[in-house]
Parts: sequence; C-alpha cells; structure tokens
Amino acid sequence: MDYFDIFIGILGSAVRLSIPLLFTALAGLFSERAGIFDIGLEGKMLVSAFASACAAYWTGNAWLGLAAGILVAIAFSFIHGFASITNRGNQIVSGVALNFVAAGLTIVLGQAWFGQGGRTAQVPGSGRFAPIILPGTDAIRDVPILGPLYANVISGNNILTYIAFLMVPISWWVLYRTRFGLRLRAVGENPGAVDTAGISVSWLRYRALIVTGFLAGFAGTYLAIAQSAAFINNMSAGKGYIALAALIFAKWKPVPVMLACLLFGFLDAFANFMQGKSLPLIGEVPVQIFQALPYILTCVLLAGFIGIARPPKAGGVPYTKER
Amino acid sequence: MSTASVQLPAWINYIVVPILNLVLAFFFSGLVVWAIGESPLEALRLLLIGALGRGEGIGFTLFYATSFIFTGLSVAVAIHAGLFNIGSEGQAYLGGLGAALVALSLDRYVPWYVTMPFAVIGAALFGAACAAIPAWLQAKRGSHIVITTIMFNFITSSLMNYLLVRVLIVPGKMAPETRTFLEGGQLPKLDWLISMFGGKLGAAPLNFSFLIALVMCFLVWMLIWRTKLGYEMRTLGISPTAAGYAGIPYAKIVMIAMLISGGLAGMMALNPVMGASARLQIEFVGGAGFVGIAVSLMGRNHPVGIILAALLFGILYQGGAELSFDMPSITRDMIVVIQGLVILFAGALEYMLRPAIVRLYQQISGK
Repeated sequence: MDYFDIFIGILGSAVRLSIPLLFTALAGLFSERAGIFDIGLEGKMLVSAFASACAAYWTGNAWLGLAAGILVAIAFSFIHGFASITNRGNQIVSGVALNFVAAGLTIVLGQAWFGQGGRTAQVPGSGRFAPIILPGTDAIRDVPILGPLYANVISGNNILTYIAFLMVPISWWVLYRTRFGLRLRAVGENPGAVDTAGISVSWLRYRALIVTGFLAGFAGTYLAIAQSAAFINNMSAGKGYIALAALIFAKWKPVPVMLACLLFGFLDAFANFMQGKSLPLIGEVPVQIFQALPYILTCVLLAGFIGIARPPKAGGVPYTKER
Repeated sequence: MSTASVQLPAWINYIVVPILNLVLAFFFSGLVVWAIGESPLEALRLLLIGALGRGEGIGFTLFYATSFIFTGLSVAVAIHAGLFNIGSEGQAYLGGLGAALVALSLDRYVPWYVTMPFAVIGAALFGAACAAIPAWLQAKRGSHIVITTIMFNFITSSLMNYLLVRVLIVPGKMAPETRTFLEGGQLPKLDWLISMFGGKLGAAPLNFSFLIALVMCFLVWMLIWRTKLGYEMRTLGISPTAAGYAGIPYAKIVMIAMLISGGLAGMMALNPVMGASARLQIEFVGGAGFVGIAVSLMGRNHPVGIILAALLFGILYQGGAELSFDMPSITRDMIVVIQGLVILFAGALEYMLRPAIVRLYQQISGK
C-alpha cells in the first residue's frame, strides 16, 4: 500500500508538471503544422508568465492575468510572423532572437517595476487559479485504488489543468475536422498548392501563429499564477525546449503530444522523487539521468530508431509567392 | 520591378546594412531603457566609459570578446556549410572538461607553455565530441541539426552537472568545481598588451587565449576561402544539390564542418577555465555559446566581422556590468535584450530594409 501511495503522489505531480508542456507542445503543433518552426516557444512561455503575473498582481483577477498572458504571447507570435512570414527571414534565427528578448526583458522590466531582482511581487489569492476539488471526492476517497487516484490525480487540480486536457481533442478536431485545419496542414506540406487554390499562405500562417500564441499564453499563465504565485527569473527553465522535444516525439500529432508530455512530466516528477534515494539492486541513480532522459529519448527517436519522425515538409522554408 | 534580384555593391551589403540593422537594434534597446525611466544616452555613455574608459575595463572587454570570437567562429563555420549549430553552448561546456582534464594532469609537472597545446587539443576534441552525434544524426539519419544540438545542450549540461557535483568536486568542499590549477595549468595574463597602450590590466582576466582566438580567426579564414575543403563546405552551404552533382560527399563534409565547429566552441573554454578562474566551474559558459550566434550573424560569418562583432558584445558585457552599478534600475540582463534584438534585426530581419535600400541606391546611382 505504501508503494501505491508513493506512486499516486508521483502521478499527481506528473500531471501538474506536464501541463505547461502540454499547452506549449500544442502551441508548437499549430505553428509547425503550418510550416513555421518555432524555437521561440520558450520565450513565449516566459513573457506570458511575466505578463500574467503582473496583470494578476495589479488587478487581483486571475482571468485578467490569463488574458494578459495570452495577449503578450500573441504579440510575440506576430513579431515571429513579421520576421519569418512577411520578411521571409530565417525562422530559427527569429525564434532564438525572441527567446533572448523574452529572457532579458522579463528580468529588466521585473527589476524596474518590482525591484526584487527580477521577481514580481507575490500575487494575492484572488489573482491565482486555485485547486478545484471535484464533487464526490470525499465520498469515494475510501474506495481502494480508485479513491486515492480520483482524490489526488484527477481532482484537486486548477481549472487550467482541465482546460489543457480539453485542448487536446479540440486541437485534434480543429486540425483534422475543420476547413481551417485542412488548409493549415496543407500549407505546412505544400504551400504552393494552397496558393494556387487562391488562399493566402501568409494570412493562413499568421492565423496559425495566433493560435500558437494563444496556447503558449496558457502555458505561461499556468507557470506563474497556477503552479506558483509570482513570476520568477527564467521560470520556464527550458520547458519550452522539452515541449518542442515532446512535439517531435509525438510526431506532430495531438493525442501522442499529450502522451509524450505526460511521459516527460512523469520523468520530471520521478526525478524529483528520486533525489537522494536509492533503488534496490541499482543503488542511487543520479538525478541528472532523469533530467537528460527526455532529450536523449528525442534524439534516439530522431535517429529513426523508434519509428520515423517526419516533420511537415515545408517546415522552415519561407514561402515566396510567384512574381 | 522586383528588388530581390538587384545586385548591391559590397560596401552596402557588408557595411551599410549591418550598421543600419545594429542601429535599429540599439534604437529599440533605447526604447526599453527609456520605458524604465532612465536616459538612453546617459546609459550609453556610462556603458562606453565602463567598457573602454580604463585599462581594466578594456581588459575585461577583450576577455569577454575572446570567448565570443571562439563561439562566433564556431557558429560561422557551421553556417558556411549550411548548418545551424545552436549547440556551441554545450560544446564549449564539454570543451571545458577537456581543458580541465589536461590542466589537472599536467600542471604539477610542466610549465604552462607545455600544457597549453595539449589543453587546446583537449578542449577542441571534447567540443568536437559533443558535436559528433548531432553531426552524425544529420549526415546519416537526416535528423534536423538544430533540434539535436538543442537537445545536446541539455544533455551536456546534465552530464557536466553530474561530473562536477559527484566526480570532479574536491572532497569536503561544497562548491561544485575542480581544484584550482597550479601555475602550470594556467594561461598567463596579457599585462604587456594593455601596458603597451599605457593602461593597467588590474584584475581583468585578459589572457593568452585572446591570441589563440586571433590565430583561429586566421586559420578559419584560410580554411573557408583558401582550401578545397572550405570551397566544398561553401558549395554545400549555398546549394546542396549542386554540391551533390559536383561529387562533393554530403555526409563527410557535414561531419567535418560540425567537428570543426564543435572544436572551435570547445576551445572557448580555455579562456574562462584556464585563463580566468583556473578551475572548472559549474555553468562557466554562461551563455557565450548563444552570443556566438549573434556575433556570427552580425559579423556576416567572416572572421574580421566576427572580431568586430565580438568586440561589440565584449563592450556590451563589460559596459553592461558597470552600467548596472551606476544605474541600479537597469540590470545586467539588459545585455540579453540587446543581444536578442541584434539577432532579430541582423539575422531574422536582415532583408527588411533591403527593398528600401535598393530603391534609394537606384535613385542615387541613376539607374
């Protein structure tokens, strides 16, 4: 029973740790399926975390915080679009640039506005997304296995967590069952064909980037005012890149994206749990192995040893309309 | 008529356009400073005085520039072969291990000038090793080099954290770092270089690796523009299909270009590890690998341009540190913003001004 409790504990923390990855990976899904590589996911997460913490602190309203996070992330998306769609610049260079701007700007502005070394002020309770206890938690708490699972993993999360999982079927539906989704996938594979059909490649890609900013805004907001209660220096800490890895690991498909994020979240939670503990037979496993595992797994996948990860064909190539 | 196909003279392409892009980046940085409520011009003045005002400041500026020359060259060599190496950061980190292992094993027995060549080779080998797997994945398995080098930055960081915290740490000490190298494992400071111009180096860690960096600039120039290998790399970078028809072996050139790129990044470690702190410390690279991207883009991937761009970023790093003392509301991270804006304007938006410049040029030249 002891082991089971531990397992449930890790599982609960795995879900919480995978949420920012899930939002960000879904964000990347939309831009990459439209043929725009987005290394700048990390930066979008960071600026939206900062914006949502500021807005939530000033207004005391978590939803306004979310709105601010989304708006700023979309603004960053537009810069990325302006550079890589309108000016046909290198998408990777643009993404790298925006990551730096985000990393620097959040600290510079945070220091100027709050004077706490880049932290924002503590956001009051009303400005945060609090855990929701789902109905019936107490009623079935004593049911073996199912009870603790429901109480600790499924219930007791904040609203953004449920939205994140809801976004998975919604993303699937948008990508595979709507006209917009069909065109979006087409523009990532063969923009010339889309252009020939009389549809603007640029506008379609801009719309994809707006969706990307929208979802990345959720991720940043989750970090700042759902998981913690303030913005902290560089609080995305490479999650944007892990999300990118998850996206590749999932071969650019929505449901596998969710599974990959849960896997990487689980690795993270397990690494936290294993800190300073030793396994039977093996002994103490260095924490760093778990930290590196998502990246190693992704490289192994990219090497083509676990199926083939084939990116959208037109990804990374700016589209030049015929003159 | 479309402006894309118009040929511009070299002085516009290589001097006017980069300077205009730089001006734009600084203009937006100035806006940020202004938004915080400080005077951008005053900030610029303090920054320049901090970086170039005294011998010590110049020493620090050149010290930072040394690191950026190495990483800038690393990025540039890969770009010439059409590869975008974002992994210089990790390659430099692992290069530090190579340099430190050499220094730790030789410093008791031989003077620094015997240790140095081995350390250069060690740093380059370890840096190249870190680039080898992404290079192989790109060359043979078609995995995107950008993604794999990003992944390897994190993998290297985890590996080095493990080694420093568990293996290389001095027993009984708290700080995750190796023991201090003896004199035989340190690179000498360049006091004489600064005193030649009448200044005092003071505590600035400008060291011999600055000269190594300059030699590497020359060697990279030789390689890219004066050897068959460099020619093949550039052909591959401009048109992989043409390179294929010309019988240039894709996999081989990709591997070689990435190994050289990784080696140059690895050598960057000589500067902080053996030149400044005389020990291997955690996270000693401190973003210099990423600055290399900005330096290479700014310098148009040419060694001379890279030296100039590295000096610029050296000034920003040193001046920024001084500035944050004088204007406490501006933190050192302002440099990161400027760096990002430089990459944005000099890299991603490099074509933005082109149509306007072409029109202006045509009007003036009367064509």
